[in-house]
Amino acid sequence: MSLLQVRGLTKRFGKTDVLRGIDLDVQPGERIAILGASGSGKSTLLRCLNFMEMPDVGTVTLDGKVIGPSGKYRESELTQVRQRVGMVFQQFNLFPHMTAVGNVMEGLRTVRRQSKAEARTRAEKELARVGLADKAETYPAHLSGGQKQRVAIARALAMDPEMLLFDEPTSALDPELVGEVLNVIRSLADEGRTMLLVTHELGFAYHVATRIIFLADGTIHEQGTPDEVLKNPRQERTRAFLASHKQFSF
Amino acid sequence: MAYQWDFTPVVANAPLLAQGLVNTLKITGVSLGCGLVLGLAFALMRLSPRPWLRLPAGFVIEVFRTTPPLVQLFWVFFALPLIAGIELTPFMAAIVTFSIQSGAFFAEVFRAGIQSIERGQWDGARAIGMNHAQAMQRIILPQAIKRMIPAFLERSIELMKTTTLVATIAYADLLFEANEISQKTFRPLETFTVVALIYFVVIFVVSLLARQLERRLAVSGENTVH
Ligand SMILES: Nc1ncnc2c1ncn2[C@@H]1O[C@H](COP(=O)(O)OP(=O)(O)OP(=O)(O)O)[C@@H](O)[C@H]1O
Ligand SMILES: [Mg+2]
Repeated sequence: MSLLQVRGLTKRFGKTDVLRGIDLDVQPGERIAILGASGSGKSTLLRCLNFMEMPDVGTVTLDGKVIGPSGKYRESELTQVRQRVGMVFQQFNLFPHMTAVGNVMEGLRTVRRQSKAEARTRAEKELARVGLADKAETYPAHLSGGQKQRVAIARALAMDPEMLLFDEPTSALDPELVGEVLNVIRSLADEGRTMLLVTHELGFAYHVATRIIFLADGTIHEQGTPDEVLKNPRQERTRAFLASHKQFSF
Repeated sequence: MAYQWDFTPVVANAPLLAQGLVNTLKITGVSLGCGLVLGLAFALMRLSPRPWLRLPAGFVIEVFRTTPPLVQLFWVFFALPLIAGIELTPFMAAIVTFSIQSGAFFAEVFRAGIQSIERGQWDGARAIGMNHAQAMQRIILPQAIKRMIPAFLERSIELMKTTTLVATIAYADLLFEANEISQKTFRPLETFTVVALIYFVVIFVVSLLARQLERRLAVSGENTVH
């Protein structure tokens, strides 16, 4: 059974139809890279999956259970979904008034109501996993971009999500800091985690993703294995998009 | 003929002035405290998605921001007993008026502070499963309040000056006592000079603190709102 099933997902902002009927099935352990031009709706798609944006039409089914019905979401239902579907942002969105370990503990403390000691133990474990055990007491302002993003990943992992959404996790980073973040994501892939990743790092997508989705005009324009989509794209628009990202190499 | 300054009658009445200052500070302090609580409540109501919370808060805020404080004070003191049968002492009338008025003002400061927090902070909070109230309490407000401190201090100064209006409903604040003394001693010049000096010293100290704080926050890279 699919971990996540999306049917007829539609989202519009004002007069713009951003998503026009997305159907998507995500199997446990799948790693899906989402490509597409700027404004093609990649972020909106991810944000609809954990209900940071509310879909206008369509259903999202998580582990066999439909979220909704559409238009009647209960807050408690959505906060549950967001714990199960973790998200990592381009701009990190760390809490600047909390230390690294405080950021990672926050969900455990406030949402899960764990004791301080319990939350701290878990948070330190997650920080160690992303290679930042020694930065636990550092505030975000004193971390590099790569370190910030790794703290943000640790923060998401602490909630034990069944699935992770990455929205251009390396796009805000200086080139020399991209590698450390991609390495963490790759290690999560090696653990068999289910993830959806919006990225412009085509080389990384080629090696790490199990499936590539190319979004255009609010629909899935083409999808397939990395070899199919990245090496032998069938659609003209996919080819044009890839041509504009020449710098990538496998 | 040059005016002969003589401060001795004023000095002789120093205890009255001291009592007046204490009363002024009492009204200012209590109104600020209540105003902060009310202001936060108004701001949260005004930012609420529910119209039955949003609209009344908006109404009170607008009324109190667009009418003169003296009119508000007179209305509470003279009109409220007639309409609602609520008799208030001058002290209570002042507290009620200045609390709501400060609340209306603080509501806007809170709102500006809350809205100055970038959307990403809400995203970060919601993405780990926080609900609206948790995100507000743990993530948004702590950052917003830090940015609002200078505006709060400025408002405190403003309020302390506004409280002189209570002299008009015979509450014995600093100005009221000064008026009494000047009529008793026929020394208005000296009395009001001393009173101006007292206001100056108290308010100047507060504004120094405010500026100090603002500088500290600026160093730590925090913006402030006004
Ligand atoms: N909250 C919003 N309100 C109004 N319009 C929005 C909102 N969020 C996104 N849009 C619009 O929806 C369209 C798709 O945006 P989205 O951010 O999903 O694209 P994207 O593929 O992630 O682009 P990018 O590569 O630039 O991140 C854009 O035209 C954008 O302007
Ligand atoms: Mg985007």
